[in-house]
Amino acid sequence: MSLDRSDVERIAHLARLQIDENDIPAYTENLSSILNLVDQMQQADTENVAPLANPLDAVQRLRADDVTETDQREQLQSVAPAVEEGLFLVPKVIE
Amino acid sequence: MFDKTLAELAAGLQKGEFSSTELTGAWLERIKAEDSKYNSYITVTEEQAMAEARAADAAIAAGTAGPFTGLPIAHKDLFCTKGVRTSCGSKMLDNFISPYDATVVARFRQAGAVMLGKTNMDEFAMGSSNESSYYGPARNPWDPERVPGGSSGGSGVAVAARLAPAATGSDTGGSIRQPAALCGITGLKPTYGRVSRYGMVAFASSLDQGGPMAHTAEDCAMMLNVMAGFDPMDSTCLDREVPDYTATLNEPLQGLKIGLPKEYFSATLDPQIAERVHAAVAEFEKLGATVKEVSLPNTELCIPAYYIIAPAEASSNLSRFDGVRYGYRCDNPKDLEDMYKRSRGEGFGAEVKRRIMVGTYALCAGYYDAYYNKAQQIRRLIQQDFIRVLEEVDVIMGPTTPHPAFRIGEKSNDPVSMYMEDIYTLSLNLAGLPGMSVPCGQVDGLPVGLQIIGNYFAEAKLLNVAHRFQQATDWHKQAPAGI
Amino acid sequence: MEWEVVIGLEIHVQLSTKTKIFSGASTAFGAAPNTQACAVDLALPGTLPVFNENALRMAVMFGLAVNAEIGKRSVFERKNYFYPDLPKGYQTTQLAEPIVGPGFVDIETDDGVQRRVRIHHAHLEEDAGKSLHEDFHGMSGIDLNRAGTPLIEIVSEPDMRSAKEAAAYARKIHAIVTTLGICDGNMAEGSMRCDCNVSVRPKGEEKLGTRTELKNINSFRFIERAIDSEVARQIDLIEDGGSVVQETRLYDPERNETRSMRSKEDANDYRYFPCPDLLPVVIDDSYIEAIRTTLPELPDARRDRFMNEYSLSEYDAGVLSAYRPQADYYEQVAGACGDAKLAANWVMGELAKYLNQHDTDITQSPVSAAQLGGLLLRIKDNTISGNIAKKVFELMWSEGGSADEIIEAQGLKQVTDTGEIEKIVDEVIARSDKQVEQYKAAEPEKRGKMLGFFMGQVMKATGGKANPGAVNGILKQKLDALCD
Repeated sequence: MSLDRSDVERIAHLARLQIDENDIPAYTENLSSILNLVDQMQQADTENVAPLANPLDAVQRLRADDVTETDQREQLQSVAPAVEEGLFLVPKVIE
Repeated sequence: MFDKTLAELAAGLQKGEFSSTELTGAWLERIKAEDSKYNSYITVTEEQAMAEARAADAAIAAGTAGPFTGLPIAHKDLFCTKGVRTSCGSKMLDNFISPYDATVVARFRQAGAVMLGKTNMDEFAMGSSNESSYYGPARNPWDPERVPGGSSGGSGVAVAARLAPAATGSDTGGSIRQPAALCGITGLKPTYGRVSRYGMVAFASSLDQGGPMAHTAEDCAMMLNVMAGFDPMDSTCLDREVPDYTATLNEPLQGLKIGLPKEYFSATLDPQIAERVHAAVAEFEKLGATVKEVSLPNTELCIPAYYIIAPAEASSNLSRFDGVRYGYRCDNPKDLEDMYKRSRGEGFGAEVKRRIMVGTYALCAGYYDAYYNKAQQIRRLIQQDFIRVLEEVDVIMGPTTPHPAFRIGEKSNDPVSMYMEDIYTLSLNLAGLPGMSVPCGQVDGLPVGLQIIGNYFAEAKLLNVAHRFQQATDWHKQAPAGI
Repeated sequence: MEWEVVIGLEIHVQLSTKTKIFSGASTAFGAAPNTQACAVDLALPGTLPVFNENALRMAVMFGLAVNAEIGKRSVFERKNYFYPDLPKGYQTTQLAEPIVGPGFVDIETDDGVQRRVRIHHAHLEEDAGKSLHEDFHGMSGIDLNRAGTPLIEIVSEPDMRSAKEAAAYARKIHAIVTTLGICDGNMAEGSMRCDCNVSVRPKGEEKLGTRTELKNINSFRFIERAIDSEVARQIDLIEDGGSVVQETRLYDPERNETRSMRSKEDANDYRYFPCPDLLPVVIDDSYIEAIRTTLPELPDARRDRFMNEYSLSEYDAGVLSAYRPQADYYEQVAGACGDAKLAANWVMGELAKYLNQHDTDITQSPVSAAQLGGLLLRIKDNTISGNIAKKVFELMWSEGGSADEIIEAQGLKQVTDTGEIEKIVDEVIARSDKQVEQYKAAEPEKRGKMLGFFMGQVMKATGGKANPGAVNGILKQKLDALCD
């Protein structure tokens, strides 16, 4: 499996990563070599093997519906890049 | 003092040989004097450490101290620490002062431990060499031109260079065991779900597990006593009794059944390492253990399966770093998309971006079955291999890494050859099993690690096996030249 | 050409849990921005989700109410995309293994069309925050209070054939979730939001036409109007030789038209995969059956019972049972006054009129069911007339108090004392010579009609308080005596 430049650009867009134009060939090569490594998986016979998502096959625990969190806005927003009137500011959202 | 184990320091504190303030002050002085050579810390929390030490001394004086009160340790910089930068080795979080404590950190605080600082690591725990840190590589004290392993490289170095008596680490594919091996210390990756992941910045959620890194198995047992246990904030953390891990350290090993997987001793393994591992196994035979060859036929599939699952989960886990609520935001974004792409493009380093891209690709419609789902199926095959073997033997042993520490820069441009270094460690994360790395010799002056693998929740057994080995050998007491 | 309309609905229902689906932060509406967004809701590094048991219970209740299979194993997945109101960069939702499997509801429109609408599935997921577009120096503000509020998304099959049916289906879902008490049903606050998938095809054609999706409609009336305008647009387009493009559209109620949301069309790949921070939710039969025993009477069953027990018309029974607080209120009134029909008339008439005028939900009605029941009791026992009762109701609404207190204080009690009525009748007859003469001159069989004048005079003199039956009898007796 090998990727071309447009694959890399599409993936970078989906992942919202700005990739320097000059780095694209290196990324293309790196990703292709990783995918080649990964393609070794295809030789394994996994017919009728259930995927293992959690090593212990545990099940979800439930939380009681009680309010445990108090207003921590000031503290939580102290690490935010841009805040005004309690809102996180971002470049204009266009719907 | 700097050669003492946690257990010895705890005894000294209890006997009043020294106070926690003296102890902490001495370690802080040593960090100040020596760490520029090793770059093992990202942040040293001097004032806070001294305040905690004074509180510990007060508790000792008042007779309210517990076994961990006043002991200084360091935390890997992916455990959130309230009021202290938690960088994950990334420019993305260089300015992130965590507003809360990770459960592991809170438990150590509760136990009266003193935090010396936050240790260096591969960016977002992605790496086997500590070279991907935004803060520069940590250096192996056995040879500062070599890597200490990763991703918990800073913790490995801090302990090996006597810059902390012990440290926490996290292990997603070997990130505790591999640096422990390359730095000549003892590290334990617990069973998945044994230690809470809450507040430990996620790399790959279904593989990540925090654990101790220290000089001895006994110290690891003391730390695990603090770290392990149920946390209602982590859905994957199990509500299961926690034994006193120090209580069974001295159980005899008479009749212990050891399995040696033939796949672990193949051509890729440095023959000198194989020799050291066999010598260690011979030591166990002297202690009454029996040895047999076993087979883990799907070993080779670990690497491809891991390098799909871990990046896939990471690609999603790292989406929250978007420059909106915390962390790095690029200058003057011209619109929303520009903010996302440049904040992430500039905030993440090359290896992190590479893995996000691999993971993004693997989850795309049309590739999901061939990659992610296939990898999860292989994961079950790997687990079944272990379950079958662990019905025949008590523990599995082998090398932790195929080679000793490599040179800084040697594998930087070849991610795949770097990934190959993880061949013996990855499978445990995929299966969720516990494993340890214990120093078992040297090759050309560089430490070699013996990996000991046990059944689910068999941490007490692993610690017992490792402790008995350390009672009979002194590899764990070796210090790098000049330390 | 004759066209057939095909509609399927995706309805998002906010569950009325106290806390978020994966955190312990409050879900109360209307708090100051970001004061109900905790570390987990903000997706701080290292935070993890833990599932709210009440959200699970409510989703199962819904599944049982729509005759659905309940997923004994359901799995949360991540839907990955970037948006500022989505803090983790993915929405935690369900895809392959939802909590509620196939089910159905029966609907009827007010013009009598009956239809069974199949529900494809319903799944649990988390709501997103809100982007506020007021201008902050050219930037948008993000409020994450709503982020993590539990939702069930109810996905129907494309079984509806008109805008009216779609609205009736949405009303039925609303009636069910409010009856179950799993949603406050407040559409203006966004507690229930609707996406409509609309297509048209030539009548008789089996293949579905290309559909458009009308996003985020939050009233029944707008559902109907949005679909009607979209259907008209699609038919015009096709008849003019064009073709429908599959896309998301927004309904603009002011212009009564839909428009394309092109900015959201950026082809996405959501990269769904099972959320590794959450484990499969596994429930057993005993859990499900225990919830079944807690289910309240559902709207359809209650309507049928109202028809049988109270002899209400299907229409009245349907209206009264559609909203649980109203149905409960009605039953209390009927019980208190012992006249189901009278109670229905008042709850659907005078009370509904006042609630509507004052934009008040029945749960906030200043007149309680006990008060209204007490009032109707006084109509039944002839203490007051229906007209006086309306006056009492008005006072009850504005000033409070029981019917008896108001009747007493205002002296509105009906005069039934025949001695007093006779006295007044005598006075009226005495000053109405002309009318008395006309009465006497009339044919006996026409005299009945002429009583109206005297009746009016007596009522006027008593301020409407005289018992009409008693007045009628006395008048007739006295006037007829004059004729002899």
